[in-house]
Amino acid sequence: MAEDMLRLEGVHKAFGGVEVLHGIDLTVRRGEVVAILGPSGSGKTTLLRCANFLEHADAGTLTLGSERIDLAHATKREISEARRRTAFVFQSYNLFRNRTVLGNVTEGLVVARHMARAKAEAKARACLERVGMADRADAFPVQLSGGQQQRVAIARAVATDPEIIYFDEPTSALDPELTVEVLGVMRALAEDGMTMLAVTHEMTFAKNVADRVVFMEGGSVVTEAPAREFFEHPANDRVRAFLRTVAGA
Amino acid sequence: MSDRVAQILLDSFSKILIPGLAATIPLALISFAIALVIAIAVALVQYARVPVLTQLARFYIWIIRGTPLLVQLYVVFYGLPDFGIVLDPFPTAIIVFSINTGAYSAETIRGALESVPAGQLEAGYCVGMSFMQVMRRILLPQALRAAFPPLSNELIALVKDTSLAANITVLEMLMATQQIVSRTYEALPLYLEVAVIYLLFSTVLTWLQGVGERRLASFGMERG
Repeated sequence: MAEDMLRLEGVHKAFGGVEVLHGIDLTVRRGEVVAILGPSGSGKTTLLRCANFLEHADAGTLTLGSERIDLAHATKREISEARRRTAFVFQSYNLFRNRTVLGNVTEGLVVARHMARAKAEAKARACLERVGMADRADAFPVQLSGGQQQRVAIARAVATDPEIIYFDEPTSALDPELTVEVLGVMRALAEDGMTMLAVTHEMTFAKNVADRVVFMEGGSVVTEAPAREFFEHPANDRVRAFLRTVAGA
Repeated sequence: MSDRVAQILLDSFSKILIPGLAATIPLALISFAIALVIAIAVALVQYARVPVLTQLARFYIWIIRGTPLLVQLYVVFYGLPDFGIVLDPFPTAIIVFSINTGAYSAETIRGALESVPAGQLEAGYCVGMSFMQVMRRILLPQALRAAFPPLSNELIALVKDTSLAANITVLEMLMATQQIVSRTYEALPLYLEVAVIYLLFSTVLTWLQGVGERRLASFGMERG
């Protein structure tokens, strides 16, 4: 088994005195695709945001490779270092609206990584090719469908050579047809060996693409299991009930 | 209109227009440029919720928006000499107009910044950019675009407000007109004449605003 790429330990987070994460432990191995499932309000997205310092966790540690960071007391330098090694794909894409598709992908390379523009553009075009958006390189985000925007966002994430990509409900804002095109891109990334941690409501993705499923509810991990086992041999009644609900939907 | 009045209007036109070009316009443009710098800084401090500086920014905006521009001019021009600070009329006007318009424009720019979807800031962080990098390259360009019409408004208001500088002995258009009125006693025609010149200036600025807005729109968005 490959070594651990990411390890979250004892992650606690409260909003306004109400604790929404009760000490989460979670591990993702190199090359592994982990899906976080669970009902709304279970803290999945908050966990992901804490892992990339978009939310400030009250306690817990993040270990990226061999680098161990205290989530509650990380320095600016540790935060930017952790963000540099990871990438994040948002539910609402969050493309830079004043940049073209190409500009969205090169921005982080040129500005944050000081890559020469020509080199950044070549790399960006290759990444756009991977998500099937190379022909729209000069378009602005407003001119694209949601699915296209999300594919560009994935290209932007991939371009920074992240060791792991976090996906926060990447298809929740898309209709079924556009969901398929985005999931196709994610599946291709997974097949290329990209390490991924995805909060999702897409059971087909969890079942067919993820290696492992982490099931969260009420701010705790209820169970985790290899994807096939999770769906075929639910560990407990809570998981069975959840699977019945989503199957009925 | 009598021939005499017509002659006065004709003679006075250049005597009013020249201070307009030499004082009113520079006063407005220089003050507005400084005001924009102040406004962006004050808006950023609030957007980033920098402790202490945010409170200072709110205090500044509260004082400036809550007191008349004319009183602000008097405080600096007639009041500060009590503390040994004596400034010439023109620099006084520049300072007061900059600080005044800066306060209003800061609110305009802050509002525009807050209307830019904040997810872009998080996305910037996640590709490794710093707050200032995202601000300068992503958020501020979008905010200034949105703020362009209200900022144009503030510039046009400022052009007319420069007439208050007559009260602190700056020889601008209104004071030039007043001097001619005191010689000729033709108040109505002369004040209407200066009003028309102000209108002319404002019309040019309004036209420039239209050109600017069309240009911003036709760019779609800035190329990157």
